Amino acid sequence: MHVGLQHYLAVSMILFCLGLLGVILRRNLIVIYMSLELMLNAANLALVSFSRFNDKLDGQVLVFFIITVAAAEVAVGLALIVALFRKRQSAHVEDLTSMKL
Amino acid sequence: MEAINNLISSGGVEDVLFYVFAALTLLCAVLVIANPFSRNPVTSAMFLVLTIISMSGLFLLLHAFFLAAVQILVYAGAVMVLFLFVIMLLDLKEEARRKIKFFGLAAGLVSVGSIVAIFFKALASAKPGVASPKLEGETYALGKLLFTQYTLPFEIVSVLLLVAMIGVILLSKKKLE
Repeated sequence: MHVGLQHYLAVSMILFCLGLLGVILRRNLIVIYMSLELMLNAANLALVSFSRFNDKLDGQVLVFFIITVAAAEVAVGLALIVALFRKRQSAHVEDLTSMKL
Repeated sequence: MEAINNLISSGGVEDVLFYVFAALTLLCAVLVIANPFSRNPVTSAMFLVLTIISMSGLFLLLHAFFLAAVQILVYAGAVMVLFLFVIMLLDLKEEARRKIKFFGLAAGLVSVGSIVAIFFKALASAKPGVASPKLEGETYALGKLLFTQYTLPFEIVSVLLLVAMIGVILLSKKKLE
């Protein structure tokens, strides 16, 4: 079977689900952050394949912006994690319960 | 030899490469979130690098040459160095193997199941795309689009990067008020 749009979308969907499972099941803040990156990358893959199979370049421009925003987001998020670690000496989600009722 | 030539002319090589890169991407992604041999975040980061590199291979197969290069430069280069730097800075110990909570597992399975259901529903009602696409994501075309139609978002993103930079400096100052 010739590889078409649906194959790329399936890969993207599985990648997104893996990232989601990582966010829900892992407890280390940094690994959760990496899973978030996986989810962003899955969206990128879907956008690039849509762009390719619709003969429009706009999807790739959007991916370019997503990569930029993701880089900014990683910088801010990791700074937050470092600040949190300084206060609590832990990067574990189960130790961060100050918003628990 | 003739079989190889036939494979190349029918686009079979691209199909084979797609399966290779897709399998590599998904395998490394699984090892990022659940590595049976190591709970060390450094291992996860290394497998994330592999995921990103094989994903840029997928981008190449989609003829998005510029984005494949940017993917490796920005993600495998800058972002992963940042991750490894923070892991080193925090001096994280290996994550203890705690039991997975039933509630978390159930929530994960339900959300993944609903995403899969939405995917198949969307695929069933989707129109098939162009059968033989001719789009080339080369730098020239992308740059032209970026500096004509998308000039305003481009400038806004530059402001966003500046804001993120200032925010990071403020957050990482010694004393947080």
